[in-house]
Amino acid sequence: MWQILRQAVRIGICPKSSAREESEPVLMSPAEVSDRQLQADLRAALGRALSIRVVDAGSCNGCELEINALSNPFYNMEGEGIHFVASPRHADLLLVTGPVTHNMAQALVDTWQAMPAPALVVAVGDCGCTGGIFGEEGASRGRVSAVIPVDAHVSGCPPRPSAILAAIRSAVQGVAGA
Amino acid sequence: MEPSTGDSRPMQGGAPTHDRTSASPPALLIRQAFPSARPMGGELATYHLTATQAQWSMAAAAISSDAGNRPESPSRLIALWGASDADGRPLASAVYGLADGLLWVDLPLDPQSRQYPDLSRAFFFAGRMQRAIFDLGGLRAIGADDVRPWLVHARDADARSPATDYPFVRVSGAGVHEIAVGPVHAGIIEPGHFRFSVSGEKVLRLEARLGYKHKGIDARYTQLDPILAGRLAGRVSGDSTVAHAWAYCMALESAAGIELPPRAAWLRALMLERERVANHLGDLGALANDAGLAFGLAHFSRLRELWLRESDALYAHRLMMDQVIPGGVLVDLDASMVPRIGQACRSMAEEVQRLRAIYDEHPGLQDRFRGTGTISTALARQLGMTGLAGRASGLGRDLRHDHPGQPWSALSVHLCLSSQGDVAARVAIRFDELLESLRLIEAIASRLPPGTHHRALRLPQGHHCGAGAVEGWRGEVLVGLEIEVKGDRSRIVRCHSHDPSWQNWPALEHAIIGNIVPDFPLINKSFNLSYAGHDL
Repeated sequence: MWQILRQAVRIGICPKSSAREESEPVLMSPAEVSDRQLQADLRAALGRALSIRVVDAGSCNGCELEINALSNPFYNMEGEGIHFVASPRHADLLLVTGPVTHNMAQALVDTWQAMPAPALVVAVGDCGCTGGIFGEEGASRGRVSAVIPVDAHVSGCPPRPSAILAAIRSAVQGVAGA
Repeated sequence: MEPSTGDSRPMQGGAPTHDRTSASPPALLIRQAFPSARPMGGELATYHLTATQAQWSMAAAAISSDAGNRPESPSRLIALWGASDADGRPLASAVYGLADGLLWVDLPLDPQSRQYPDLSRAFFFAGRMQRAIFDLGGLRAIGADDVRPWLVHARDADARSPATDYPFVRVSGAGVHEIAVGPVHAGIIEPGHFRFSVSGEKVLRLEARLGYKHKGIDARYTQLDPILAGRLAGRVSGDSTVAHAWAYCMALESAAGIELPPRAAWLRALMLERERVANHLGDLGALANDAGLAFGLAHFSRLRELWLRESDALYAHRLMMDQVIPGGVLVDLDASMVPRIGQACRSMAEEVQRLRAIYDEHPGLQDRFRGTGTISTALARQLGMTGLAGRASGLGRDLRHDHPGQPWSALSVHLCLSSQGDVAARVAIRFDELLESLRLIEAIASRLPPGTHHRALRLPQGHHCGAGAVEGWRGEVLVGLEIEVKGDRSRIVRCHSHDPSWQNWPALEHAIIGNIVPDFPLINKSFNLSYAGHDL
């Protein structure tokens, strides 16, 4: 226990911005979100924290790696009032990765239909946006919007964690504006 | 094209470094059966044979009996797939690993009956590959027991979710019930269905139903230009993008008969080891988290993020996608970055050692890790396990160690091995390999040979086959490729990417037997197999 505490104190808190500066060439998304802006958006749109359900509809698993990175101490998504939930019934927003495969299309629709309003959908990555390199024929049905309605897209292969966060924000802002 | 009785097409590749005097018994046998077969130089010497049905079965029997008779035998089936040749005639293809290289056997099939001799009795995990071959091309293994569909769930595109009517093997008896999980899981993970048969908390049987991510990658290859298809190879399994892209490029370079510039091989190796480090960092955190120590996830995910940002600084891509390209690598390494890489490796090693000491001394964590999800060495051999999980169960195979082409021969890669076979062993192997990879990265960066990092690839006229095999972080990744070049038009006749997850998914089903249901996420994570790489 002592070793664990000592390590925690030694590392301290990973500050989002200073860590980014440490490794200079990290590109900042134009829609870079600050903690406070994001929290304000969530309050305005939902009046509470945001719950997200993730469905991998056929990705190469690259997008999952970057979505997982959102939970690391640098992006600290939970700390900003966004958390991933296990059930679509608890979710406000659905993050979908991959070209939608034939074998996953029904599971994706089922998951989406199980969500309460506003049931926002964000298509993540080039494949989710256009089908990507896998195309839109044969076993790959392609873009997410061919299967369920999409509120926001984020391109990239895979998109950076900060870009995924920006897309989540833009989907939530859509609700606030409606 | 008539099935010939011994036509062999040796393939070319990089620098020949292997010892040809120590041929394994099956290699000798095959050499007798195919007298014209000669291995030629290559990072991995490869024999390419077109076989008759009898020769197909003979090669399988010789290799599987050698694997069964000699515990130290490296003979193994690596990949099995179906395809069509340039004239559209069906082919079954198998690639075996032998002591002195690879053996690629093509079996032309009768276009009417579309049948080939079964390999699943000789090689346990071949059963699922054969089911996949039938799903994708209608080729049937004669005499195979299990003929259930595998990758294609429903022929009708609008059919309902098919997991409900898949004929799982049922376990019956007093108090036995089933738990169905997936395809959509609770966490941020890939889709797949798991059917547990349990009695109380104890798992009696697990059967996986995969294929949800099937995108038709083999078919997609044939629609793409051979040079551009490297991008697709890098997306077979995103967490192994360097390994898959390298294997594809190795196959293409072998088909084109070009030798890779030494510096390019070293730069690829640098990225392959960076990829191994990134994945092991992620897994070590997730494993502690699944055992209830969230501290481990916080600290390892921090280290992984720092590592990805370093990759970003070097390659402008956090996962290094599209950096391995046919003919070399996309960007050279600037000499000014070398000290920074060395520094990053040393400080990372220090951080990892500190966390390892905490893991080792944490009684709760060790209690969950030790004796959980055990696969004995004997069982691992029977199952044909590979890669990291195989090494954790005493199977000492690693392409970087066993067939050291460039740059591995100059680096003497340490083989990390354990015979415990439990979650603790798979954790320990990750720690050992992580530290070894950090050593390798520093050594590679400081000893990079001079010269060009990329040589434009000119594809020669005609038909050419090539194979590539790379020890990715999960195990051996293999690509088998045939290209056709006519005038200024080139196309992929057939291409197959094999991920080592094929071998190890069935092993996971054995590892869980007798364990309790709550340990499944932990055992599953300790294997961390690719769904995408398997489902293709």
